[in-house]
Amino acid sequence: MKNILKRLNEKIDDLVVVKQRDDLYFIKVKREHTDFILRYLKLDENFKHLDFMQAVDYIENNQFQLTYMLYNYEIKINLGINVMIDREKAEMDSMHRIWPHLWQYQREIHEMYGINFPGSPRVDESFVLEGWEEMPPMRRDFDTLEYSKRTFYPRPGRSTNDPKEYMKEKLYHDFAKSPKIRRDDE
Amino acid sequence: MEKKDLNEIEKEMKLANEGLPEKERILFSDARPSRVEPLNKYLEQFVNWARARSLWLLAFGTGCGATELRPLMTSRFDVSRFGIAGRPTPRQASVFIIGGYASIKTIKRIVRSYEQMQGPKYVIALGSCTINGGMYYDSYNTINRIDYYIPVDTYIAGCMPRPEALIAGFNRLKEKIQKGECDGMNKYADNFDWYKKNQKQIIKDWNMPDYNW
Amino acid sequence: MDIIIRILYAVISILVATVWGLTLTGIVRKIYARVHGRFGPPVWQPFLDIIQTHSRRVAISHGYMFFLGPVFRFAGGLGTYLFIPVILGSTVFGNFSMGGDVLLVMYFIFFGQLGMALGAGEGGHPYSPMGIARGLSQMSAFEVPFSLAIISVAIQYHSLNITTIVQAQQGSILNWTLFTNPLAVIAAMISLLGMNGHAPFSIVMAPQEIPIGPPIEMNGSFLGILQTNRGLFAAAKLILFMNLFFGGAAHPNILVALLIMMIKTFFIYMFSVFVGASFPRFRPEQSFRFFLKWPTAIGILAILYIAYL
Repeated sequence: MKNILKRLNEKIDDLVVVKQRDDLYFIKVKREHTDFILRYLKLDENFKHLDFMQAVDYIENNQFQLTYMLYNYEIKINLGINVMIDREKAEMDSMHRIWPHLWQYQREIHEMYGINFPGSPRVDESFVLEGWEEMPPMRRDFDTLEYSKRTFYPRPGRSTNDPKEYMKEKLYHDFAKSPKIRRDDE
Repeated sequence: MEKKDLNEIEKEMKLANEGLPEKERILFSDARPSRVEPLNKYLEQFVNWARARSLWLLAFGTGCGATELRPLMTSRFDVSRFGIAGRPTPRQASVFIIGGYASIKTIKRIVRSYEQMQGPKYVIALGSCTINGGMYYDSYNTINRIDYYIPVDTYIAGCMPRPEALIAGFNRLKEKIQKGECDGMNKYADNFDWYKKNQKQIIKDWNMPDYNW
Repeated sequence: MDIIIRILYAVISILVATVWGLTLTGIVRKIYARVHGRFGPPVWQPFLDIIQTHSRRVAISHGYMFFLGPVFRFAGGLGTYLFIPVILGSTVFGNFSMGGDVLLVMYFIFFGQLGMALGAGEGGHPYSPMGIARGLSQMSAFEVPFSLAIISVAIQYHSLNITTIVQAQQGSILNWTLFTNPLAVIAAMISLLGMNGHAPFSIVMAPQEIPIGPPIEMNGSFLGILQTNRGLFAAAKLILFMNLFFGGAAHPNILVALLIMMIKTFFIYMFSVFVGASFPRFRPEQSFRFFLKWPTAIGILAILYIAYL
């Protein structure tokens, strides 16, 4: 893996690498380098498999983070490519020419986060939300509780308990006190 | 004069099918569901006795609760001894099990399948999500109360209810059927406008007939 | 007056056969359940199902042929049954047996399927033509060994009349076609597997493959008629096999004769149940190929054996 990163560093400057586990690395790249790096990793470094593509809303930094998770079958290492894009003008180049099945992920992200992928096939079709009219629901400034109350007729009389306390009190009252069985964490 | 009034009433009673394209509207039915009265007392009692002992489930898993239906069919919790059998088509089924949470995309299919079932039809709502949203009460995509969209006969609470709870729910449904209390089909026909209003409020892209007979 | 009595006898005979067929279906369901390690539905479950389907408050029809489909199917079942003598020499259960009725019965076995195909096709559901295509091709496939077996039996007894064939098998167990012409019996019993639609050849009605096959759009009373017919048709087929190959049912006392009929048909059915409970399902093309290979070869051998030995 070190060699791969070394070779990658020669191609692109200021590469940020985070090692999560022995078999899981993340690198942060700029938007304009993404296409080149993905092609390079797929064709030259044998990262042939795209596990998934996902978006995260960093509303504090006013940014979206897109993650392309790649896998190499030979050295058995997962490599995540993180790309930060602007939140106001949410747009990303479509990568469906590298992995054709990316169009489905891009369609989902387009629907859930409102990130546009120009040129991606069928990106405007609805994926899960049919006929959605509000702001894309996975953006963090979307208030799901308020929307749910407004739309779905909440049934009155709903109460919530802290699960740990409640279970202790209700079910495992005798169990916790029992001298024979003592759990280590108590 | 009187005849014209009747025509107007008839026109009002027809469904508009506004979700369909103009040229396809004549292909679909525009009739409302109508109330069908039960048979006379003793015949209905006999028939209800048979209905309660031969429940045909619609094999449509609408959520995570559908996983609880599989063990029911196999040897451990064999429900066929109660005369319960799966039926792959809504035309022949008589019991619809709403398996847990129903998203908007699913409720569209649920309404469609429910309307295609031939009455008398019964609905068992399984899991907390169908009662008040359960753990998904604040989700943007999970409806909170299933009884606003289709009439429900029996609820089974829990997340998830065990197969034993399901069998208890079936027994409850059987008792209700035998007493003649399950009249969801007529309830749906009577309150058709209210149900349709609720359904259309959440199903934004209504591209099917108003009543899928 | 004579005709009214004949009609009355026919009604009694049909009722007995239907009830016996449905009971057999219930017993077989129970046996399957026990094989799976379940309790299974009660034996009278098919009757409850029929009452339930007939008591639906609404039924959707898709046109004239859709109405006629189940009627044709039921007519096919009735036609098959009414020309088979259930009990040799009985007036009530002799039905309308006459010369050449084997051919008529074979025609009626096919007729119901054809009518059903027309009716189910009008339902408009894409799965029903698929089910029909599979059902009709499987039917054509298992008709081949069955016809060969029947030809062999006809050559053997110089007759196309079921009553004559049964008559010729009386006297001793060794007179049964089972022992005088075993090859024909083997070919016919294999085609019975396809006719009953149990496991190796259950692709037509398999709920997991194409939901429920041809009757997918049938609801309420339409389905009720089909279920009634399934009971009658099952009984008719088994009685036909009993007559042709297993000596028929003959006894001076009609109740004893009925008992003989029930025991024999039960064991003939058990053959296809044993096979069905122990084998997985064939794909359509596998099942057609199977019928056109070994059973057909055995059927041809049966004809050669009878004609030249």
